[in-house]
Amino acid sequence: MNTRIPIIEKILSANDRIAARNREVLDHAGVYAINIMASPGAGKTSFILKTLDALNGRLKLGVVEGDLASSIDAEKAMAAGLPAVQINTGGDCHLDAVMLADALPSLPLQDLDLVVVENVGNLICPASFLLGTHLNVLIASIPEGDDKPYKYPGMYMGMQALIINKIDLLPYVPFNMEYFKQGVEVLNPGVTPFPVSCKTGEGMDVWADWLVGKVNTQKNNGT
Amino acid sequence: MHELSITQGILDIALGNAGTRKIKQVNLVIGQFSSIVDDSVQFYWDILSKDTAAEGSILHFERIPGEMTCRSCGHVFRPNGETFECPACSSSSVGISKGNEFQVESIDVE
Ligand SMILES: [Zn+2]
Repeated sequence: MNTRIPIIEKILSANDRIAARNREVLDHAGVYAINIMASPGAGKTSFILKTLDALNGRLKLGVVEGDLASSIDAEKAMAAGLPAVQINTGGDCHLDAVMLADALPSLPLQDLDLVVVENVGNLICPASFLLGTHLNVLIASIPEGDDKPYKYPGMYMGMQALIINKIDLLPYVPFNMEYFKQGVEVLNPGVTPFPVSCKTGEGMDVWADWLVGKVNTQKNNGT
Repeated sequence: MHELSITQGILDIALGNAGTRKIKQVNLVIGQFSSIVDDSVQFYWDILSKDTAAEGSILHFERIPGEMTCRSCGHVFRPNGETFECPACSSSSVGISKGNEFQVESIDVE
């Protein structure tokens, strides 16, 4: 005779608890953290480096690089003068809260304003795994096409800021911005989109100013 | 590959609720917007549950299709992957009403 025990617990609840602890660690150190998600090739690394340029020394940054199996990206970040730590996921397609918990002690959090976490390039699942960061940033890029919100609704629901990268390619690639934005608005009403080009630098200042505002607001609320 | 960590999460929840009893079946509710591959989870399940109270148990997936509700006319429909527009009145003021579920609903124990 079998007995049914009702549970109703989110499958990722253990991850979410660790994410909440990461958030406490960050808040305690007075650091704002963003989680950058994108499909492979959307330009995550160059976007992070361009963001650094656009911030122009206004914030002290640290970087957490998630990658399947290499450390090239962390070396790039360190070459740019940033404290950086590499997480090799060993084949996992996303970062999770435990990985970030392991990485945070390697950064000088007390000396930082902003931690930028570069997630693994993947549009399927990273948004499901909360890390404890304050902001999920999704980078979409023009060559990927305007139908991504309709194909990957989970990712578009799980972000709080949207970067539309490679807008310098708009004249050359069929991309219906209205159609794209309609899908985004349905999944994530009121989200802030930032059209940028890492190549020309267009739009990077607007994004950087907005980000500085977010970080400062958080700092003022925290103290 | 995210199925491995998800499967571990399911196992932890199931074992944590089973006490000393043997688990026969784990009942999951998974919405369409939560992307996992059933076969892959079952594959990892058989490996991870070995030598635990869940060894030999069955995973039961209740799949919830994605569903949107039109804010203009109240029509309920399934998104087709190309547009979210309401098929009844063409409004694009719609919201997701089902499909985000991702939970262990119950376990059957001996
Ligand atoms: Zn309608």
